[in-house]
Amino acid sequence: MTMIFGVPLAVFMGQLLLGLINGAFYALLSLGLAVIFGLLKIVNFAHGAMYMLGAFATLLGLRYLGINYWAALLLAPLAVGLFGMLIERVLLRRIGHLDHLYGLLLTFGLALIFEGSLINLFGVSGARYPTPESLAGGYQLGFMFLPKYRAWVLLAAVVVCFATWFIIERTRLGAYLRAGTENPALMQAFGVNVPLLVTLTYGFGVALAAFAGVLAAPLYPVSPTMGSNLLIVVFAVVVIGGMGSILGAVVTGLAMGLIEGLTKVYYPEAANTVIFLVMILVLLLRPTGLFGKEA
Amino acid sequence: MTFIKKTLASSIAIAATAAMATAAQAEISDGTVRIGYLADMSGTYRDLAGPGGLEALEMAIEDFGGSVDGAPIEVFSADDRNSADVGANTVREWVDQRNVDLVAGMVASSVTIAVTNVLEANDKLGIVSGSAASSITNEHCTPNHIHWVYDTYPLANGTARAVVEQGGDTWFMLTADYAFGHALEADVTKVVEENGGEVIGGVRHPFPTDDFSSYILQAQGSGAKIIGLANAGSDTVNAINTASQFGVVEAGQQLAGLLVFLNDVYAMGLDATQGLLLTTGWYWNMDDESREWAERYYERVGSMPTMVQAGIYSSTMHYLQAVQATGSDDTQTVREYMMKQPIHDFFARNGRIREDGRMVHDMYLARVKSPAESTHEWDLYEILTSIPAEEAYRPLSESQCDLVQN
Repeated sequence: MTMIFGVPLAVFMGQLLLGLINGAFYALLSLGLAVIFGLLKIVNFAHGAMYMLGAFATLLGLRYLGINYWAALLLAPLAVGLFGMLIERVLLRRIGHLDHLYGLLLTFGLALIFEGSLINLFGVSGARYPTPESLAGGYQLGFMFLPKYRAWVLLAAVVVCFATWFIIERTRLGAYLRAGTENPALMQAFGVNVPLLVTLTYGFGVALAAFAGVLAAPLYPVSPTMGSNLLIVVFAVVVIGGMGSILGAVVTGLAMGLIEGLTKVYYPEAANTVIFLVMILVLLLRPTGLFGKEA
Repeated sequence: MTFIKKTLASSIAIAATAAMATAAQAEISDGTVRIGYLADMSGTYRDLAGPGGLEALEMAIEDFGGSVDGAPIEVFSADDRNSADVGANTVREWVDQRNVDLVAGMVASSVTIAVTNVLEANDKLGIVSGSAASSITNEHCTPNHIHWVYDTYPLANGTARAVVEQGGDTWFMLTADYAFGHALEADVTKVVEENGGEVIGGVRHPFPTDDFSSYILQAQGSGAKIIGLANAGSDTVNAINTASQFGVVEAGQQLAGLLVFLNDVYAMGLDATQGLLLTTGWYWNMDDESREWAERYYERVGSMPTMVQAGIYSSTMHYLQAVQATGSDDTQTVREYMMKQPIHDFFARNGRIREDGRMVHDMYLARVKSPAESTHEWDLYEILTSIPAEEAYRPLSESQCDLVQN
């Protein structure tokens, strides 16, 4: 059997693919963060909680309202996105003129509240969400068994990431958004409703997190702490990619998934730390991140 | 006349009890029995001990009558957040500022080992209910703690032996990378090898881990018949879920959960866990006595108790009885009395505390029921056999504990 640094080629290939799938999650989540930071300058520490709420909305929707997975894929991000817009209107807007740190603390507090309340209601063990029937089973690829559902996650995440990048970088709406954050007064003078644009953007970023939550529900136990476990990693991804860079978030997300996957094969004990090592290295060499622009 | 006689007699009785109570109180340091409950209240291990364990502790105190010979029993609690630092500092503070007599709970083994060192340095008593590492009463034994519910030795001895005997002779270990996982891995490896099997590979994963796909893929690649899960709590849940997504069982490999709690099985559901063999120190639906207690617990908490939560009640009761009998809360006096008294309650059968601090009692090999076999939502296990106390735990002749004269 062909070996790559002492690991059979088949296992190696399998790990690369799994790394890419995990990377797709990182990409989706860090994309939402990057959109919110890039356009609103809010360091959204509630992002992990929103991801968790997306998963919970999916679970509870099925349990109490009979909403199936495919409907949840649309409805959960919509519901959580609307909730996010409410938060932006009621809370975040009031501290918009203050230092970024206040936004960070406010969203962090919100995250703790959401998480704590759900821990009290549901405990931490979490509940299982059944894999939708049409995506059960898997493909025997020769070098590994690929569960259909994971293949779907990779596909869905890549499509959504690309669509988001396209909207922001290539459409008129995206141009308004970018302009609105560069010079809100000028945009307002042109008759664009900038506050509405900001609310919608926050709602959209949050909806992306919730979308990732729906994708995660059949993969991991739906538990109140699922977001906080992931959030720190996702922040590291955003920092490595360059704060606010859309392309950076997506590319780094996928790359970090791969690096983490390889660490799990060669030195599993370090799997939780490797991304932070990369972050330190990148910050030392390129303080603005790989795709970041000079401020 | 009879009325006067009765009154007189009861007044004398009351006066005598009061006098005794004062005498006893004089022995109880500052007139109060203080119990600190330390556990993971918010993280990975919350549901197996956590707030439910505190409720069990309070149930024991209420059932005992709320005081020991007139000395009130005070309870306080803290979240150790699975950090040895936080746990040890909390207990240090309890010793210095709150005059704690007993520290109960204790879940993550790394925290427990740190805390028992603090207890030893200050000569206070601890009863460990949640932790699993068998090293807690082996190389890390102290004259200041008792290990109550179970440890990794019977877990390995029960599950691993049963699995090897059924033909599962090649193993791949998924091990949580800290004290407990290492202890369990070592105990399992020993049992597997002694019974003619072989551990052909393994991976030590960070604690806690959400995504097990990579490790499951490695286990699949190893070709081992059995994938041994030397982890606990949400790690085990995640590993089993991931294995079911990757079709591990369909492809012919079997999982052996070495430490699986009732709440884990409940969370994963019977579809994913049916047929899983596991070793447990107690099960709520074991007999009338345990059912009766479990139902009272269920009324208060809303979920059925794990073996840890039941063990917290049982050990607290035994402790309070010892304080009452000796009229003292002095650590060594109480511990000595506890060791002399055999334990036989709704939790423990044939229980006794050995000189190394290990409370040995009968353990049980259980199988998770299939959805068809289960009659209601908490009907999860079938008890296959009981493992007698003397066989289940590490014999004293193999002990490395300083307290044991070999």
